[in-house]
Amino acid sequence: MLTYIIRRVLYAIPIVIGVNLLTAVLFFYVNTPDDMARKILGEKNVTATQVENWKRDHGYNLPVFFNGAEEGAAKISETIFFRKSLPLLWLDFGRSDRNNIDIGGEIKTRMFPSLAISLPIFTFALVLDLFLAMMLAYYRGTYLDVWGVVLAVVLMSVSTLFYIIGGQYLLGKVLKLFPISGFDTGIDSIKFLVLPVVIGVLSSLGVGVRFYRTVFLEEINRDYVRTARAKGLSEGAVLFKHALKNAMIPVLTNVVVSIPFLFYGSLLMERFFAIPGLGSFTIDAIQAQDFAIVRSMVYLGSILYIIGLILTDISYTLVDPRVRFE
Amino acid sequence: MTGLENPPLGRYEQDKTMPVILATDLITFFLVGAIVYFIIASRKDGSLKAVRRELARNRLAVVCMAFLAFYVAVALLDSVRYRDAVIGDDGVPALSEGGSVIYSPEALSLLDRALSGMRTRTEKTYSAPFATHSYAKESMEGAGVTIVRGYPPLKYPRTHWLGTDRVGNDVLFIALKGVRTGVVIGAGTTLVIIPFAIFFGVIAGFYGGAIDDIVQYIYTTLSSIPGVLLIVAFMLLFGSSGYQGGLVSDVHLVWRAFVLNDRLFWLCVILGITSWTDLCRLIRGETLKLRELEYVQASKAFGAGRLSIIYRHIVPNVMHLVLITFVLQFSGLVLAEAILSYIGIGVGPETGSWGNMINTARLELSREPVVWWNLLAAFGAMFALVLPANIFGDAVRDALDPRLRYR
Repeated sequence: MLTYIIRRVLYAIPIVIGVNLLTAVLFFYVNTPDDMARKILGEKNVTATQVENWKRDHGYNLPVFFNGAEEGAAKISETIFFRKSLPLLWLDFGRSDRNNIDIGGEIKTRMFPSLAISLPIFTFALVLDLFLAMMLAYYRGTYLDVWGVVLAVVLMSVSTLFYIIGGQYLLGKVLKLFPISGFDTGIDSIKFLVLPVVIGVLSSLGVGVRFYRTVFLEEINRDYVRTARAKGLSEGAVLFKHALKNAMIPVLTNVVVSIPFLFYGSLLMERFFAIPGLGSFTIDAIQAQDFAIVRSMVYLGSILYIIGLILTDISYTLVDPRVRFE
Repeated sequence: MTGLENPPLGRYEQDKTMPVILATDLITFFLVGAIVYFIIASRKDGSLKAVRRELARNRLAVVCMAFLAFYVAVALLDSVRYRDAVIGDDGVPALSEGGSVIYSPEALSLLDRALSGMRTRTEKTYSAPFATHSYAKESMEGAGVTIVRGYPPLKYPRTHWLGTDRVGNDVLFIALKGVRTGVVIGAGTTLVIIPFAIFFGVIAGFYGGAIDDIVQYIYTTLSSIPGVLLIVAFMLLFGSSGYQGGLVSDVHLVWRAFVLNDRLFWLCVILGITSWTDLCRLIRGETLKLRELEYVQASKAFGAGRLSIIYRHIVPNVMHLVLITFVLQFSGLVLAEAILSYIGIGVGPETGSWGNMINTARLELSREPVVWWNLLAAFGAMFALVLPANIFGDAVRDALDPRLRYR
């Protein structure tokens, strides 16, 4: 088991390096530090000296990948890639371009507001999706099932923006049940969190229920389920004791990969509800064109996804005895 | 411009209009061409005929197809555009110093021209659907010399079916202008994907070994970057240059009539780069399976070359996956465009799109009385495209490959 985990982690290393190289090419070659400086200093009336000064102050005055002017190992180490991009590998994010804030520290503090909204959404959505999907699978072929699926398709055809804007208007403004947006720490945060959580669960309901329903239905048509029925078990026992356990395997793949992303929050939700998490951090950086932050967030997102893939593989080996460690 | 009704015909007659073709117009033309091709091919080809019969039996799918056909038709009308020559005071096209005809910077599409009444009948500001009076109170001259506060009557009462927006434009017209963007995003992205996905998927599955490893490495790396952030990164870097919609200036024109650096086109390319991996993975898996089938083995035994096997046996047999992915991805891409435009990294601000409509209208719900028609028009127009696309996508998938239902 341990060797299996180690090998999975080793497999991930080339991918992490690939992501690092790709972001470096994108952010340093395609968009040169000169472009960056000009965007930050303002497009007009920027002199060459100002650009040079800005680049020197922020450490962008080096060549990207190879510095011919230096000696020995410094040819590699005195470059933007080595100074700015490689440290991302050990999660050293550096400082932002615009206000010179410590990106790593910011990520650590903003992680928790993101988690405060994404964790409840994830949990409630999963429970509700699974419950409804199981109900539709239990009543498969009846009107309840048919109309349930129709409703799911309708729900998934509605824009997320509509759920958010409509929810804020209806529940926040007209019915005045919750504050429209904002965030607080401690026990006060709950009143701010209810609305985004309700909207978050609702907006993912259609896709989730439909997906899990097909997963359950696929399992219900298997031979072992027929055998269980043939030996006289009730439909409920067949569904919940036999089919459910095996259906959990595809469910698990779908779920585990998104767990690390909970730290990441949601771009849209955090922006609409003024939650000071990582999502709004990213959006602010996009709008301020702060490339150091965007680069860090791209990289962080990839790392979280790769961690999710590794966790998925590990959880597979735990629940599915057919998956062997070789 | 005095704009005579019938300018005298003369030697400028043939130069009175100048077509403008955007890179994204080509996408619409290609989409329409592909649809026509499928309709014609399904009359002859046996398996396509079966698919068509299956779809025709599904009444819901037929209704959805009618909706989609309407949207595609509007998009097509909005993709054929030309500029008019500027008519001088003497009624003939004005000439520049170089002696060439001057064209108006407004490249009006056939849709603009067909609905010119809707386009030009603008009010001062907001008005509710079918309203007779303006939304906002104004000071008006009352009887005699008194000034009264009241709702001024509209210039064109009861003509705005979905009301007017902040600057008085007809909302129904703006919503219709968003159709082209939605259709182009949905179709163009897939068109960008198809060559990459087929090429990499087929060679990875067919040759295996090191090629397979490299292709798998590329798509795992690309797909491990969160899609939206990759799009953000690309759009921040490339999006600000190029044609943003609206007036056409000489800066954008290539060969007098083409606009190739179109921001909407770049958005399609970028969405394609971030989403080709799924289709590539599917095609790779299918190719792995096809490679071992008897008829492929047989043609190999007969001495057919690898390329001809790929061309004759593999590619035609993965095309159903392409079609399924196309219809299933379409709706998601339309929804994604609205979100990206809302964040400010989608289409240009001058391009009519539902995301831009939502973006400008999002604060209107906090007005008193509420301005709801803008948002509802945008969401309604989007919903009426996405829902039929979802249902039709499912129907196409079931008709082409029922096994994929459980994915």
